[in-house]
Amino acid sequence: MNFDLHPEQSKSGAAVLCEGISRAFTGAGLVLDHITFQIQPGEFVALLGPSGSGKSSLLRLTAGLDRADEGRLSIEAGQEAVSRGFVFQEPTLIPWRNVLRNTTLPLELQGWETDKAEARAEEELRRVRLVDFAARYPHELSGGMKMRTSVARALITRPNLLLLDEPFAALDEPTRHALQQQLREIWTALGMTVLFVTHSISEAVFLADRVIVLSQRPARILLDSAINLPPARTAALRTSLNYVQEMSRISAAVPIPEANA
Amino acid sequence: MNPNARMSSLLPPLLPLLVSMGVFELAVRSGWVPSYLIPAPSEVVRSLIDDRLELAMAGWTTLSSALVGLLLSFSAGTLFAIALSSSDLARRAFYPYAVFFQTVPIIAIAPLLVIWFGFGQPTVIASAAIVSVFPIIASTLLGLKSTEPALVDLFTLYSATTRQMLYMLKIPFALPQIFSGLRIASGLAVVGAIVGEFIGGGGLGSVVDSARTQQRIDRVFAAVLISALLGVVLVGAVNFVSALTLGSWHTSERKP
Repeated sequence: MNFDLHPEQSKSGAAVLCEGISRAFTGAGLVLDHITFQIQPGEFVALLGPSGSGKSSLLRLTAGLDRADEGRLSIEAGQEAVSRGFVFQEPTLIPWRNVLRNTTLPLELQGWETDKAEARAEEELRRVRLVDFAARYPHELSGGMKMRTSVARALITRPNLLLLDEPFAALDEPTRHALQQQLREIWTALGMTVLFVTHSISEAVFLADRVIVLSQRPARILLDSAINLPPARTAALRTSLNYVQEMSRISAAVPIPEANA
Repeated sequence: MNPNARMSSLLPPLLPLLVSMGVFELAVRSGWVPSYLIPAPSEVVRSLIDDRLELAMAGWTTLSSALVGLLLSFSAGTLFAIALSSSDLARRAFYPYAVFFQTVPIIAIAPLLVIWFGFGQPTVIASAAIVSVFPIIASTLLGLKSTEPALVDLFTLYSATTRQMLYMLKIPFALPQIFSGLRIASGLAVVGAIVGEFIGGGGLGSVVDSARTQQRIDRVFAAVLISALLGVVLVGAVNFVSALTLGSWHTSERKP
């Protein structure tokens, strides 16, 4: 596939240090139980766990949208300021803004001039192959296009930490596969740190270089393992023996929900 | 819409009207219903034609009072709702007083309005504003409180200021509810204006009042017809602005 990537804009990734993080919610009780892990700058890490295990809660903490009850979470990007991009489970687009203006939103909130923000947005839309749809409104887009807009919006601030919360879960399989490959290529080109939350073992293994498996609630880390696959993730990889072996190794660690779950 | 399609969409509401008018005409002319209770539709039409100038002037006075009252209640109600939406404490402290405006019988406090504002238009405007303010507060507040949580997260993530959150997210998101409050309020503003005119004088309210004392029941009906028309015009104007504003994005205004 021929994507218009801009390796010259690569930015070093941020490092994430999560030390003994715990979080409880009224009603739900303890959700995260002393979670400790470290992510190196530029790593692509998948956070894998059953539904309701607290993956999203952990991601929200990392995004600064919530505070931990206990523990320490620090994000550092060396000389640069930490800049986060977030892709939600739903595309979370603003219905009265077209694709271009949805993409410029983070820059507008930071006080950028419209011309400059739009020029940058066009670049990001070209990256996700949506530049021809810039004038469309969200209700005129397919599910995959909405999600690509959401990814372009997350990339527009050139984040050194990209956080994704099961972004492709609602898409059909061919679209999901295409977007997974596209995300991997964007990461290869830009080199930011990626933390990708998913409940799909195949998705985690295909995308990430390292997988952290969480237990059922209250979440603890069951496995933290590198994925032994080549850096280039192509469609052919999905049917390779290596991929299947890595999937079965990881799935052995993933807790099986109880029958009545 | 072609002429045939327009006709077939107009026919269902027109048919019952024409039939009932025909029945009333027959009932009054044959003496089954005394004309001092219900006028023959032809009498009402004659009154509309004969008194057209006076009715048009009165209608214009009522419409302008209702419009000014609506503008007042819209600006005050929206600002009040924005203030209430900013904190739970403010909402708990002041919302009950907003409910007061809905439950207060306007006919009972209209004499007070005359004492405060004197006879004439200010009393009429105040009456229209008081009657129409609650739906605006309630709908705007509901709209401002129902912003999609993920969008609030998105704005928080990019450190949006309170002002950006309000103008770029919460108010646009609340627009469909704001318009639906405005639709209800615009009908009520006409009712409020006419009640105000009963006491404060002028407009269709005075026409109805004086026609009633003169036993001119046909004129009462003609004035009531005009006032209903004013309500329809105001609601239509709100619908027009709503379609212009929300047309490109909101399901309620999207063309199939």
